[in-house]
Amino acid sequence: MEGYISIRNLRKQFGNFTALHDVELEIAEGEVVCVIGPSGSGKSTLIRCINLLEPFQPESTITVGGTKVEAGRNLEKVRADVGMVFQSFNLFPHLTVLRNVMLAPMRVRGLSVPDAEKRARDLLTRVGIGEQADKYPGKLSGGQQQRVAIARALAMDPKVMLFDEPTSALDPEMVGEVLDVMKSLAGTGVTMVVVTHEMGFARQVADRVIFMDGGRVVEIGTPTQIFDTPQEQRTRNFLGAVLNH
Amino acid sequence: MDIFDTFFNVPVLIRTFPLLMSGLWITLQIGVVSIIAGLVIGLLLALVRLYAANWLQVIAKIYINFMRSIPLLVLLIIIYYALPFVGIRLSPFMSAVSALSLVSAAYTAEIFRAGIEAIPKGQFEASAALGLGYRNTMVDVILPQAIRIVIPPLTNNCINVMKDTALASVVAMPDLLKQATQAQALAANPSPLIGAAIIYVAFLWPLVAAVSKLERSYAKADQ
Repeated sequence: MEGYISIRNLRKQFGNFTALHDVELEIAEGEVVCVIGPSGSGKSTLIRCINLLEPFQPESTITVGGTKVEAGRNLEKVRADVGMVFQSFNLFPHLTVLRNVMLAPMRVRGLSVPDAEKRARDLLTRVGIGEQADKYPGKLSGGQQQRVAIARALAMDPKVMLFDEPTSALDPEMVGEVLDVMKSLAGTGVTMVVVTHEMGFARQVADRVIFMDGGRVVEIGTPTQIFDTPQEQRTRNFLGAVLNH
Repeated sequence: MDIFDTFFNVPVLIRTFPLLMSGLWITLQIGVVSIIAGLVIGLLLALVRLYAANWLQVIAKIYINFMRSIPLLVLLIIIYYALPFVGIRLSPFMSAVSALSLVSAAYTAEIFRAGIEAIPKGQFEASAALGLGYRNTMVDVILPQAIRIVIPPLTNNCINVMKDTALASVVAMPDLLKQATQAQALAANPSPLIGAAIIYVAFLWPLVAAVSKLERSYAKADQ
């Protein structure tokens, strides 16, 4: 069955190093998928291929909503429909929080200033930082910055949201506020692919969990299958290491 | 004759002052036109050097290295005295502006390139992920951040261009230095040269001070 995001035979080489080996993955519309695995297992590379931040081997294909992900005319359309949240936030430091959220809807979707501003203020309120809209990102805490980054991505009304370790750069007390925003997003119809080390979040929110190791998808299943009855030895080793400490 | 009569002869300075002022006006025209042309060409050159097709990047790199290697005086003399042999006749003003802009563009391009390369990769990735095209990424995200980084070195480059305008006097341009040497000949006294030196310094000192101030305040803001 072809998913909303369809990944076929995905290979990614960094020089002689193969970061991804023949990954096959179908993700349904509205599904929440968490990708877990050790550092260097190719999780981030996988989701960065979905919006072509990483170019991949020409024999591989990825489609999003039926549109092929490739350099050229379609790419900006795909990227406009695929939001991304980065580990290091990557807010635009020279623009206020409000302007960060308004920029892409105005430039890419052609929204007027009042429409973009209304949309931005609504989203900022939804992620709990409505009253910080006129500050610069540098004045905000890490957790607040990451929530702005989520609002910025949502302002494009994306069909898909990619999260690349969104809480890994945060102080522990700020992880919760970001995960709460992400939880409220799950089940709203937006397809979510989340690379994370937050096993509690994956268990609670994901429809499916993908375990990756050494650039391969080792195991895919429901959270219960992966966390309670993992089939592969490597999955058991990884979960044993991260859960029992 | 004491040193004051020789170098700081007030009656001579007063007499030649209008001449020096007309020279200053020409110097400012050459300088400002060259700086603006150098900035525009330099920015385009930096973008070509960073993002254009490979063969264009190579051409830009060759241009930049060539213009940074050739002495400005040599370039100016070639433009004014050699180009007429192939039918290109530029006025002294255009010769001076061409030489200064061509060289300034090369330095400006390197400054802009360094400024753009100093912007973290994440800014480009966030722009790309939002679906912003190349033009919007540059205009709305990258260049506003790069400008802040490049203002001190660009101001330094402007100072150099203003100083190098003095070379225009060799192609018979009646700029500040040329007027001063002529006034010196007429008055049989070098005071006009000292007057010109004082005028150059008076104009450029504030710029030099501004660069230092900017650099200090940036260093403070980055702490």
